[in-house]
Amino acid sequence: MSVETERSSTESSAASGLDFEDTALTLRLPGSSSSDTDRKRASTSDPSCRSPSAAASDSPPSPKYAARVVGWPPVRSYRKNALATAAASKFVKVAVDGAPYLRKVDLTAYAGYTSSTSYDQLLAALQDKFFSHLTFRKLGNQEMKLVDTVSGTEYVPTYEDKDGDWMLVGDVPWRMFVETCQRLRLMKSSEAVNLAPRAAR
Amino acid sequence: MGRGVGSRSGGGAAQPPWHSLPDEVWEHAFSFLPAAADRGAAAGACRGWLRAERRSRRRLAVANCYATSPRDAVERFPSVRAAEVKGKPHFADFGLVPPAWGAEAAPWVAAAADGWPLLEELSFKRMVVTDECLEMIAASFRNFQVLRLVSCEGFSTAGLAAITEGCRNLRELDLQENYIEDCSSHWLSSFPESFTSLETLNFSCLDGEVNFAVLERLVTRCHNLKTLKLNNAIPLDKVASLLRKAPHIVELGTGKFSADYHPDLFAKLEAAFAGCKSLRRLSGAWDAVPDYLSAFYGVCEGLTSLNLSYATVRGPELIKFISRCKNLQQLWVMDLIEDHGLAVVASTCSKLQELRVFPSDPFGAGQVLLTERGLVDVSASCPMLESVLYFCRRMTNEALITIAKNRPNFTCFRLCILEPRTPDYITQQSLDAGFSAIVESCKGLRRLSVSGLLTDLVFKSIGEHADRLEMLSIAFAGNSDLGLHYILSGCKSLKKLEIRDCPFGNKPLLANAAKLETMRSLWMSSCSLTLGACRQLAQKMPRLTVEIMNDPGRACPLDALPDESPVEKLYVYRTIAGPRSDTPDYVQIV
Repeated sequence: MSVETERSSTESSAASGLDFEDTALTLRLPGSSSSDTDRKRASTSDPSCRSPSAAASDSPPSPKYAARVVGWPPVRSYRKNALATAAASKFVKVAVDGAPYLRKVDLTAYAGYTSSTSYDQLLAALQDKFFSHLTFRKLGNQEMKLVDTVSGTEYVPTYEDKDGDWMLVGDVPWRMFVETCQRLRLMKSSEAVNLAPRAAR
Repeated sequence: MGRGVGSRSGGGAAQPPWHSLPDEVWEHAFSFLPAAADRGAAAGACRGWLRAERRSRRRLAVANCYATSPRDAVERFPSVRAAEVKGKPHFADFGLVPPAWGAEAAPWVAAAADGWPLLEELSFKRMVVTDECLEMIAASFRNFQVLRLVSCEGFSTAGLAAITEGCRNLRELDLQENYIEDCSSHWLSSFPESFTSLETLNFSCLDGEVNFAVLERLVTRCHNLKTLKLNNAIPLDKVASLLRKAPHIVELGTGKFSADYHPDLFAKLEAAFAGCKSLRRLSGAWDAVPDYLSAFYGVCEGLTSLNLSYATVRGPELIKFISRCKNLQQLWVMDLIEDHGLAVVASTCSKLQELRVFPSDPFGAGQVLLTERGLVDVSASCPMLESVLYFCRRMTNEALITIAKNRPNFTCFRLCILEPRTPDYITQQSLDAGFSAIVESCKGLRRLSVSGLLTDLVFKSIGEHADRLEMLSIAFAGNSDLGLHYILSGCKSLKKLEIRDCPFGNKPLLANAAKLETMRSLWMSSCSLTLGACRQLAQKMPRLTVEIMNDPGRACPLDALPDESPVEKLYVYRTIAGPRSDTPDYVQIV
């Protein structure tokens, strides 16, 4: 529930027991290496086993057991609710031109010190999800591009806002972006030729 | 003129001269005894003192609303000006008590309206307060000044409007962690324009929007406003404006406190805070973006209390902020502060008296670097530290022993190791030795919460050594009945005992039945109790109410169940009012 600023997308697990780590896709596009940057939670101890030795031998304690016990840990319901609303996630679909399937990212995971840090982190996460070799370039006028160095294809990050318009990522403050973004699309540069580059803020 | 009648001497000895002093003299004498316990002791001395004391009692604290009937309380203490009433058991905070359990404030408000027309202060904690209650308060007490509601529910902004409109002399409206329904009622606008007496306004738990212009006018005309705690709906730039209108503020709660960085807003905030020379207490739900923290570095030096327990600000910025707060006495943070953050606290806050560290991710796997180290550092370097609430994932006996040695002055020690039954992570042993050290060293300990892997032995230590202990919380601990027996047969000053998920059975309960009458209440859930023992207890101790809670779905009459039926939740408390009549379906009084 705390906001992580790591590169990989952090998915919060609902206390109801549905564990996103179990259902997250880890397949990559053909030709990619298998380094798994997603943090997987080790569920090493059997939740129903209560003997002290079992609990002791597993260093990360099983979170699932704690989550299933009513009223434990003793955190006030008021505080729990406050934390939950603070950590409300916003998952949006990410489509990449030419990829066979879409991914999802949690935009609330990238709140950082400044807007530009957040955007950097988002793009880094998109790289992890879609490309085997990572670079992204920021041009002089603040425009961002993702480049697959193997194939040389350039992608421009765009998003669909609440009005249904396709906008260039990076123009507005991060919070406004999170608020209005409905889905992301990495558009091939060749297709984006007609998009007039907007002036940086 | 009243006469003291206490004739305690036997055998015709002459009565001491002070027995003929009028009651008014005693009432005046008792006014120098502020502590209720002292007044209670005085009242027990003789009938004359009883009469004088009860008629002059101004402040009344009812720790269990069912311990007495409201009418009896009002009749016994007719001159009360300030009353505090608490309702549901403490474990209700963690969802262990189903809804509609009871603890309604209405009977208390009704009795007060009849018997205490001069009432000025009313405080309810963990009770059900309705809009009708609030309307009655506004209508019944012409000099009503202070309303404090903590962890209550059942009312809406419409009820608040009745208060703000009707209480012309209101000084404090303090709403802490309540569940308030937002009826879009303009409670804030209901303060008349002529109203200027407000000193405390805390609406931090309110979810809805407030009319900012109205708030600003209110703050501007209430020159004595000392405490202002805003809710999340007030954006940063508005906070800055308010501060400029109320620079004499002593306590501020900022609400959400996050926004994208703008140098203008930063400058505005910095200037506003610089003007607040009296600010001593600060709280807020600061968001992860710490851009604005440095805007109030200027007030850090003067702060005595800092509550960042809802703030998701991470380590580095948090530490930079706290390292400037040299005069902190009270610090509430999240475990995002980590061990090295607490090391900074240890070296900076030499006046620290109370520390609370809350878990930011109570159900997660826990990547946060907060361990026993942080608590050891703080207790080593903060000589005035006496109250601790600490959530962490691991602990050792050695750390606890060190802490006990360094800080024998603890009055409140609450340690919560997040995973139940966690042993000493180095030796894999139970934490008996550590907690024993705490109770042996801290002779003034009044409140204790234990956790981790514990056997019956730790309760032996607690029973023997914790002479001043008043409240004890136990979860997932102990091996057998002995554990409970040690507690109930020891712990001379025990008032509140709450236990969950421990293998404690009927025997120690029955063997120590008399002890329960010396205590305020006992809660036991998910232990090894059966109905038969509860029946025996109720029969043996008529001045106790023995309440049993079943699943809300199962309203099975108690009489039909056999003695061997397990009891999932038990709540026992002493009362002079007899069994209550407002129990829901799932509560049965044995």
